[in-house]
Amino acid sequence: MTAAVFFGCAFVAFGPALALYIFTIATEPLRIIFLIIGAFFWLVSLLLSSFIWFMAATLTDNKHEPRQRDLLIFGVLISVLIQEMFRFAYYKLLKKSSEGLKSINPGEKAPSMRLLAYVSGLGFGIMSGVFSFVNTLSDSLGPGTVGIHGDPPQFFLNSAFMTLVIILLHMFWGIVFFDGCEKKKWYTLLAVLLTHLLVSALTFISPYSGLNLVLAYIILVLTGIWAFFVSGGSCRSLKLCLLCQDKDSLLFNQRSR
Amino acid sequence: MLTFMASDSEEEVCDERTSLMSAESPMPRSCQEGRQALENGEGAAQWRGQESEEDHEEDPDRYACSGVPGRPPGLEEELTLKYGAKHVIMLFVPVTLCMIVVVATIKSVRFYTEKNGQLIYTPFTEDTPSVGQRLLNSVLNTLIMISVIVVMTIFLVVLYKYRCYKFIHGWLIVSSLMLLFLFTYIYLGEVLKTYNVAMDYPTLFLTFWNFGAVGMVCIHWKGPLVLQQAYLIMISALMALVFIKYLPEWSAWVILGAISVYDLVAVLCPKGPLRMLVETAQERNEPIFPALIYSSAMVWTVGMAKLDPSSQGALQLPYDPEMEDSYDSLGEPSYPEIFEPPLPGYPGEELEEEEERGVKLGLGDFIFYSVLVGKAAATGSGDWNTTLACFVAILIGLCLTLLLLAVFKKALPALPISITFGLIFYFSTDNLVRPFMDTLASHQLYI
Repeated sequence: MTAAVFFGCAFVAFGPALALYIFTIATEPLRIIFLIIGAFFWLVSLLLSSFIWFMAATLTDNKHEPRQRDLLIFGVLISVLIQEMFRFAYYKLLKKSSEGLKSINPGEKAPSMRLLAYVSGLGFGIMSGVFSFVNTLSDSLGPGTVGIHGDPPQFFLNSAFMTLVIILLHMFWGIVFFDGCEKKKWYTLLAVLLTHLLVSALTFISPYSGLNLVLAYIILVLTGIWAFFVSGGSCRSLKLCLLCQDKDSLLFNQRSR
Repeated sequence: MLTFMASDSEEEVCDERTSLMSAESPMPRSCQEGRQALENGEGAAQWRGQESEEDHEEDPDRYACSGVPGRPPGLEEELTLKYGAKHVIMLFVPVTLCMIVVVATIKSVRFYTEKNGQLIYTPFTEDTPSVGQRLLNSVLNTLIMISVIVVMTIFLVVLYKYRCYKFIHGWLIVSSLMLLFLFTYIYLGEVLKTYNVAMDYPTLFLTFWNFGAVGMVCIHWKGPLVLQQAYLIMISALMALVFIKYLPEWSAWVILGAISVYDLVAVLCPKGPLRMLVETAQERNEPIFPALIYSSAMVWTVGMAKLDPSSQGALQLPYDPEMEDSYDSLGEPSYPEIFEPPLPGYPGEELEEEEERGVKLGLGDFIFYSVLVGKAAATGSGDWNTTLACFVAILIGLCLTLLLLAVFKKALPALPISITFGLIFYFSTDNLVRPFMDTLASHQLYI
């Protein structure tokens, strides 16, 4: 296909994550390290789930197409479960190391759990997005015509948008998940797991219709709003930010009424 | 063959590049008494050691002994933590750059993935009919290669012990010449061929003469730190590309495994050649060799020492024989040879801590990391997942090694953990994850 497709899809899928990385993470070495450790945890979870799928596939040893698809669905569900387990494991690790950091460094501000939630979510998301999409992206540089056998011609664009939604969702899930763990609200963890399963299950629907993408974006917006309120945002702070006002001017406006 | 001889000396020279040392500068003289307890290195891993917190409460004089005297307590740990994370990033960046250069070359220039014969150190071919024979041949190749490396390292240590400096320097200069001129010429030729760009001989000569000459000057004499780092990254990448091209498939993986075991043994065992090298250098308070170590620190201090005797207190650090336990005294004296002070007319300028501390990584580590990632990129049917997984695994291994360095504070082998992770992730991603992800991608499912 063309370079335009390659660059377009690359920036659609990875642009926001890259921007987030450059503006919030690249400046602080500690955050970069936590990001990479988060990516590593996701990678290990993928490894484990691939191993389970592989074992299941070789043990059943069946060449029937529906059986293979069932196994794949099973693989996807197991993978989601294992990813969330590893998110929890990463939370535990961060909790332990953060206690160590705090007790050793009374003067220095250790990164807060909220920041680490964001960084870890982004780490998971970036790794997940990259693994899903980078092979497709490198194929888009080569020759070929998309959809020549009747497949949807927007294959690359669909994949790019889906990758974007997954990356952002992982980030929001990270924030919500860690907050749930901190406040011991276990239903939050369950909600994150179910949402993740839902989003993955949506991809089982045939990609011909854009339905799975639209639904995924709706879930993204809802999860984003949830994460916003969980991390301390409010309608008031949003208004302050959007109107480019600081707190004093808002108070002044209120007082003058 | 001249090329292979160069790689011969390069390999062996690569080999004592494979230790990781931290260039933390020792404390000023005024704090010597407070530092005795810290010199053993325990409890100094501030940003990790949960066990050491109570020690710090009991020894307030430790806190005062940070690089700049008179700093409030607690700041020592803060500095260590900040340096810890910063050092990790200071090493991530060059390692990543080297890998990017190698992977980009492997994926675009076909020359480095074509099979065009083998080095004389791996004489057994892998084009055998049976799997068992192939495995046997690769193990034999590995044994030969590792024994060549061991013999060369011991030879080098013996030369160093008997102070045959001229010979060693001549050897290093010849091998850098080979890398900077011959291998660069070949690389440039292949890149131009791939992109079908015509270049006339005068331009070529001008380009690569300048490149090589500036490289020799920067690496062996003095030059801006960034330029020196860039050249070291480039020669590591070139060397890694040579290995990727000339090592047969299975032999490469077995050699990677064997060399990390060798690195572990050579650096940690009391009679290991690399450890003896490091200790001898420390005893004599000399730098080991220029051009074998990648250093990430800025070194303004020593230049200023020569100008202002009043700031001698902070600057006797490099030559302090008491700092036996700290790894940096190894590295510090090499600074005047590598780096020229940028502002010679600046007497009495108080140096900030940040400028003095840095971490050093041997070039052999760069080379073997890049070989692993490059091999992952070269084999495997155009699969990027494997390359990325190996990349992340190596970075995590490097992170862990630096953590251990912060805990133990002595020269540590940088290869074992990273290469182990890299190998595990390569084989598991190639065999397990790749079919899974490919099947998912073909059905357009997302996890």
